[in-house]
Amino acid sequence: MKHQHEHECSDLLGSISEYVDGSLREELCRELEQHLSECEDCRVVVNTMKKTIELYQTDAPKDGLPADVRQRLYKSLHLEDLPHTLH
Amino acid sequence: MKIETAVTDISVEALKAGDRAEFARLVDLASAPIYRLGLKMLGNPQDAEDVLQNTFLKALQSLGNFEGRSSPLTWLYRIAVNEALMLIRRQKPQVEIAEEPQDGEGDLPTPVQLTDWCCLPESDFLTAESKRALDAAILKLPEKLRVVFLLRDIEGMSIQETSETLNLTETAVKTRLLRARLHLREQLSSYFTDRLAEERVK
Repeated sequence: MKHQHEHECSDLLGSISEYVDGSLREELCRELEQHLSECEDCRVVVNTMKKTIELYQTDAPKDGLPADVRQRLYKSLHLEDLPHTLH
Repeated sequence: MKIETAVTDISVEALKAGDRAEFARLVDLASAPIYRLGLKMLGNPQDAEDVLQNTFLKALQSLGNFEGRSSPLTWLYRIAVNEALMLIRRQKPQVEIAEEPQDGEGDLPTPVQLTDWCCLPESDFLTAESKRALDAAILKLPEKLRVVFLLRDIEGMSIQETSETLNLTETAVKTRLLRARLHLREQLSSYFTDRLAEERVK
């Protein structure tokens, strides 16, 4: 029984990325949710994968370019004379 | 992608006609995300700056060949990804995770870490050490998986935009994304499971 169960886990592993994105086909989605309700290990994998993605998304810096990097970029592109780029 | 809308206003004709102000506008809009991509791909500011400058220099040189079939942003990302991959290959030709085939084929890595660490206090996720662990985990990914994860999950591109940028099929993007996420989950799980153990002895 245990062996068959593990087989199901690895079969469904390929679907979890689309599942966390909410883009998994309905039929597969139902199958996966049925399995998740019975398998704690797979629940943990799905939860921690969601959390992993969420952490990376919150961590991503949304601020602009550092001022010195920006200055050197405009210089290398010979754009430093354009007034509207100097902010 | 919020800047995607702003970039669609960029006139490809003006760019191709050598309009410097229009090119500067494109640089203004796209330089921050391109720099961020370089930073996450290469892991250090100097290399990220090289990727940034080379991307726009190459863009200027190849404007004549740009047909405007994809958005200027997709086009820039494509150049940036190639620049970053070239730099990585020049620096270290070997693959970090030896058992992971670069093209994303073969069996999926079986999850090993099975502790649920999601219940850790939010403050544990925000420490400088945690952020370093996040960055280090990305750098351990094979670069072909890394780039898919960065475009899709960090830059917020759709599967379709990612496949267009990387010239891959959507199926290949999905497979690489799954592999990247499984690897990252594994690495973060071993890091945060340790934090969980520390939390419990407190």
